[in-house]
Amino acid sequence: MDANAAKLIGAGIACIGMGGAGIGVGLIFGNFLSGALRNPAAAGAQFTNALIGAALAEGLGIFSLVVALLLLFVS
Amino acid sequence: MVNDPIHQFRIHPWLGPWNVFGHEIAFTNSNFYMGVIVAVVVGFLLLASRPKALVPGRLQSVGEMWYSLIRNMVENVLGHDGAPFFPLVFSLFSFVLVANMLGMFPYFFTVTSQVVVTASLAVFVVALVVVVGLYKHGLGWFKLFVPSGVPLAILPVISLIEVISFLSRPISLGLRLFGNMLAGHIVLKVFAGFVVSLVALGIGGVIGALAPLAMAVALTALEFLVAFLQAFVFAILTCVYLNDALHTHH
Repeated sequence: MDANAAKLIGAGIACIGMGGAGIGVGLIFGNFLSGALRNPAAAGAQFTNALIGAALAEGLGIFSLVVALLLLFVS
Repeated sequence: MVNDPIHQFRIHPWLGPWNVFGHEIAFTNSNFYMGVIVAVVVGFLLLASRPKALVPGRLQSVGEMWYSLIRNMVENVLGHDGAPFFPLVFSLFSFVLVANMLGMFPYFFTVTSQVVVTASLAVFVVALVVVVGLYKHGLGWFKLFVPSGVPLAILPVISLIEVISFLSRPISLGLRLFGNMLAGHIVLKVFAGFVVSLVALGIGGVIGALAPLAMAVALTALEFLVAFLQAFVFAILTCVYLNDALHTHH
């Protein structure tokens, strides 16, 4: 298998990592919503923490995208 | 004009490269847009603080919301002795926010889509955390890596893991902002390319091009949200890391 084909396949496999990030972000906001529906008064104060947690979880998906882009576009 | 998604990230030297101490320095489009960012931030805040009304109008209200968002963030995360760091966090937040937002205009260059820019900001933040921690606690700052209540047998392993996770902070901080901006703009250009390719196929293609066009509009809205969110996350993680430096857990 020549190097270019291997790089393209590797880029495709790297994108599987973003599925985990999607699950992680969904977990955070799902838990936030279920907690907010139980205790709406306390929900506003924790929304900032929910955003921080979601950005941290999404960051790892972005890292896998960066690996895929590195494989595709960096010679 | 080349129409692939990567061409938008090219750095063009505008004022020719000079040889300074063996390095090639030029005034590039990236430098120009950094100047535009500074002009926008300073100009907007000057304009917003001009009315000085007790009941703020719309412009002053936006300036006040911008200030109070960061002011409350610094106070909530860092407490009272974090107040000296407010100008730094405000500058970082404003720079990243306006850099991300300016990149949403067509044909403008997104300064934070260059990994060298975001990595520089991230390395600066973590270096500042180390310097502030050492200045405030002396060599006792290294107790940050030795959590209390850990059995003595596995303490070396835990400390090594803590050091590695600390060293991953500048990488993650810089890559998060870079990756979000890079990916967002690439996806936007890819869908724009779909619209152009479909329209070139005649009248049926024009009807079909409405789908990627609607997707591009939705993605642009998402990109505005991501631009603000990533600036906010950069600022709040700066506050959290500074908190580690100021209030090392004993």
